[in-house]
Amino acid sequence: MTPPPLVLDNVTVAYARHPAVHHLSGRFAPGSMTAVVGPNGAGKTSLLRALVGEVRLDQGRIDRGGLPAHAMGYLPQAAALDRSFPLACAEVAAMGLWAAAGPFRALSRPERARLDDALAAVGLRGFASRPLATLSAGQFQRLLFARLLLQDAPVLLLDEPFTAVDSRTTADLIRVLRRWHGEGRTIIAVLHDLDLVRAEFPEALLLAREPIAWGRTAEALTPENLFRARLMAEAWDEAAEPCRYDHAAARRAA
Amino acid sequence: MDLIEPFLDFSFLRRALAGSIALALSAPPLGVFLVQRRLSLIGDALGHAILPGVGLGVALFGLSVVAMTAGGLIAGLAVMLAAGLLARGGPLREDASLAGFYLVALALGVAIVSWGPAQLDLLDLLFGSVLSVDDAALLLMAGTATLTLLSLAAMWRPLLIETFDAGFLRAQGGQGALWHLWFLALVVLNLVAAFQALGTLMAVGLMMLPALAARFLSPHLAGQVIASVGIAVLTVLGGLILSVQADVAAGPAIVLAAGALWLALLLAGPEASLLARSLRRPHLAR
Repeated sequence: MTPPPLVLDNVTVAYARHPAVHHLSGRFAPGSMTAVVGPNGAGKTSLLRALVGEVRLDQGRIDRGGLPAHAMGYLPQAAALDRSFPLACAEVAAMGLWAAAGPFRALSRPERARLDDALAAVGLRGFASRPLATLSAGQFQRLLFARLLLQDAPVLLLDEPFTAVDSRTTADLIRVLRRWHGEGRTIIAVLHDLDLVRAEFPEALLLAREPIAWGRTAEALTPENLFRARLMAEAWDEAAEPCRYDHAAARRAA
Repeated sequence: MDLIEPFLDFSFLRRALAGSIALALSAPPLGVFLVQRRLSLIGDALGHAILPGVGLGVALFGLSVVAMTAGGLIAGLAVMLAAGLLARGGPLREDASLAGFYLVALALGVAIVSWGPAQLDLLDLLFGSVLSVDDAALLLMAGTATLTLLSLAAMWRPLLIETFDAGFLRAQGGQGALWHLWFLALVVLNLVAAFQALGTLMAVGLMMLPALAARFLSPHLAGQVIASVGIAVLTVLGGLILSVQADVAAGPAIVLAAGALWLALLLAGPEASLLARSLRRPHLAR
């Protein structure tokens, strides 16, 4: 499993003309494990949605090296799903086999075994036939990780996967992340817990609409850089002028 | 014996019974999905939207099943597509656009019916008449049920995933909109097939009430689909008998029977009913 590198070239995502991600260039190396860090409204979610092709880029381009957007595993932020939906846990996890099984085919015996393994890997052994409505928020997040495991995607994008999850669940799910990292998958996760990032993520991208720092975690998350990120104005400037950033000139200067 | 005798004596009653049972097999499973998609009221909207098409079909081509069916289908599908497309591009959500369209469609339908030939009775359109179920209508109902059940069996998995987590299916490149539109087309088809016997307004009742009642019988979607069909078949039997015995129009009779079952299960069904929740059984050790 060697995913292609994800290369961002001058990426800008804008809502109602106001940039959420502003002139971001860089590269997620194959098999890298990167935490995306930054204040609220810094464009972290927008960056992930741009990577999976859910939002249109206002400017720039993303080169996925031929990897189709739908081959990436994406776990949205606190997925706005109906947790009272009348389904059993195994049925939800099995949705991760969509790419393998398609809309019609029955699950094969090896696929059923993988389903059991995935539930066990996230600590939900014996939950297969439990109704969704009986799960706690943390158990539900574990279930979504099981679904992601079954997707077997070479690139994984996680948006605040550990929000509203207790420390033990976080530790269990981190173990899943380490396993993915060991298998050479590319992992990009939006996180707020800086201690966790420093402990588990080799690389970090500090984003405050503009990229503040991108590289080895210890070098990117310095106090000075974090301070600069906090200075980002959250409010829209109604009187903002059109951006005059010259990408070609910036590239020549670099 | 009194209950069965009218059905032996009158062939139109037997046709109405057979046709209604066919639709009882196909409409409630659609209703179960509509409930989960938070589109419980869309059936109502589409039911109204059918009216101008039916009215126009009769005004142009006379009182035939083909004209009414084609008109109803075209009007229903047009409103459904227009609302769906507008919702994708505009600031209003699908239900809001649909509300706008069906209000206009209903007014247009009533206007066409009142302006058109006198042979069309607005009350029959809205509330149905079992007398109007001829062989062609019966075939339409049976065909609709067959197509609906085959479609549901084929698209069960994508429809289920799309209902639970549309974003996931989209991210997987799963053609979510295709399944959604095909599903809504089946809803329109079932409403059109049912309206001759039950009327455009009452046809929605056969789709939604058994689906709502099924929630109190099973915690699983598949179980609810099966339960809803059982409830609907009972409802059709009870409703038609009530209709004959008490001389009530068939549509309202069937919907009232469904409503009675829904209320009974709401109060005392085995799953999450008022009774089940008020019974204080001792909690378990683990």
